[in-house]
Amino acid sequence: MGMTITEKILADHADRGRVAPGELVNCRLDLVLANDITAPMAVQEFRKLGLKKVYDPGRVVLVMDHFTPNKDIKSAEQCLTVREFAREFGIVNYFDVGAMGIEHCLLPEQGLVLPGDCMIGADSHTCTYGALGAFATGVGSTDLAAGMALGECWFKVPESMKFVFHGQLRPWVGGKDLILYTIGRIGVEGARYRAMEFTGEAIGALSVEGRLTMCNMAVEAGAKNGIVPPDEKTHAYVAGRARRPYQAFAGDPDAAYIAVHEYEAGQIEPQVAFPHLPENSRPVSEAAGIAIDQVVIGSCTNGRLEDLRIAAGILEGRKASNKLRLIVIPGTQEIYLQAMREGLLETFVEAGAAVSTPTCGPCLGGHMGILAHGEKALATTNRNFVGRMGSPESEVYLAGPAVAAASAITGFITHPEEVVKQ
Amino acid sequence: MIITGRVWKFGNDVDTDLIIPARYLNTTDPLELASHCMEDADKSFAGRVQPGDIIVAGRNFGCGSSREHAPVAIKNAGVACVIAGSFARIFYRNAVNIGLPILECEAAAAALQSGDTAEIDLTAGSVKNLTSPGTYQAIPFPSFMQQIIEAGGLINYVKQRLA
Ligand code: SF4
Repeated sequence: MGMTITEKILADHADRGRVAPGELVNCRLDLVLANDITAPMAVQEFRKLGLKKVYDPGRVVLVMDHFTPNKDIKSAEQCLTVREFAREFGIVNYFDVGAMGIEHCLLPEQGLVLPGDCMIGADSHTCTYGALGAFATGVGSTDLAAGMALGECWFKVPESMKFVFHGQLRPWVGGKDLILYTIGRIGVEGARYRAMEFTGEAIGALSVEGRLTMCNMAVEAGAKNGIVPPDEKTHAYVAGRARRPYQAFAGDPDAAYIAVHEYEAGQIEPQVAFPHLPENSRPVSEAAGIAIDQVVIGSCTNGRLEDLRIAAGILEGRKASNKLRLIVIPGTQEIYLQAMREGLLETFVEAGAAVSTPTCGPCLGGHMGILAHGEKALATTNRNFVGRMGSPESEVYLAGPAVAAASAITGFITHPEEVVKQ
Repeated sequence: MIITGRVWKFGNDVDTDLIIPARYLNTTDPLELASHCMEDADKSFAGRVQPGDIIVAGRNFGCGSSREHAPVAIKNAGVACVIAGSFARIFYRNAVNIGLPILECEAAAAALQSGDTAEIDLTAGSVKNLTSPGTYQAIPFPSFMQQIIEAGGLINYVKQRLA
């Protein structure tokens, strides 16, 4: 019996010939990651160990992205804790305001995470990096502290689920729609403790950005990791970015899957997930006409250049409805700069959008666009839990950048083709 | 170890934003986190929960973010144990790592109601409802995690490894 790509990466990093689902394995870590919310607690725990160094100062990544630029004194104190730690322990990859981006946009862009890697991050959306063919999963601060100390972490080898997307995508459908559709079919715990492997013609046709969006939301189905087997697109993306050698893995043809789900990509409309769970996804046509108070385009799910290009393509020469606030947040400094060079930022500002420096901001109800009670937002983010973007009596709808941009123009949830054909 | 306490019942998919909303994540102070525990699910919870009380919930408890602030808030609010039909995986790891006892037991999660008094034998993994009698058996921790718990949490376990 062969192994899946996830099993192969875990076996390799546990120095084992083979592993099987359910086994507990101790793996070497190529990278450990924490942010301004989880790092302070990890630092606190790490200091209890009384160590003079982390396992490898080049392999610890600290990104100040959630409440930055510091939204209040307490957030400033938290960042200070991390900054001091980074200096004291010589952490090479410390990203503060002016250099930082939303972590899951930043790490792939900077070539810090690579195909075949095994890594943990104290952030649930660490599963994003599976799009490059890495095993990446979210942990808490204590696991992270142990990871910084030992460069190891234990895992239970997950069972793998395979998702095959046949055929071709319809216009205006991207990675976000595929993943919302998938979570709508299997539910928010449909992949609990498991690996979600995405393959098929439509995945091959997706850009690396679109795949990052899909793997990002694997955790919203409860998965341990999402993964896309590397192809030429992956290697082309990594070329010129990788800061160290890497070894990509491929699953065996006779690998075992606990379930195989096959979807016809051509049947999938742009999706919208209704409050208050990502599994409440429906075709945009069923959400048409819902009035919204705020549109947010950004986050680790859809804050990449491709997303901004799609949104700007729709907003170009148009105005956002004056009934709502449109907020656009490029994911990293590099994305921000490139969007500026391409004139995308100008398009957004002319359309009446507020364009922000990179930050998680409103995605987690942090700052930069908090909702009042009774308000509704349409966001390209990944969670629409109660109170996620502000008041516990507010509501969040999730969608991709095309639906978000189109809806910003009309003031209610709208299929992009409605706006573009006008 | 035997825990006897009053039950607070919640539903399915209790996410980390309900357990500790992100607006309070600008601190790591355990008692401050505890004072907002479960706030968006039940505003009165933090003020009324007593040391030794037990949270009982449905499936997928702790889904959402990786914030360890969630189990920390629950533990420091005085909650002695969480029983759920199932747990989201990061929450499960975090609870073990910080020493918050949790038990996965669908039957107990279904049977116990708010206000019931329950008795939990953590070592045996058994749950007894003392209010409307019934006994339930939970899935015990894998031996690997027993070691971490016996060491007093992951940090102590790592200390032993490094010693
Ligand atoms: S953008 Fe949102 S989901 Fe992504 S890391 Fe930031 S807070 Fe988390």
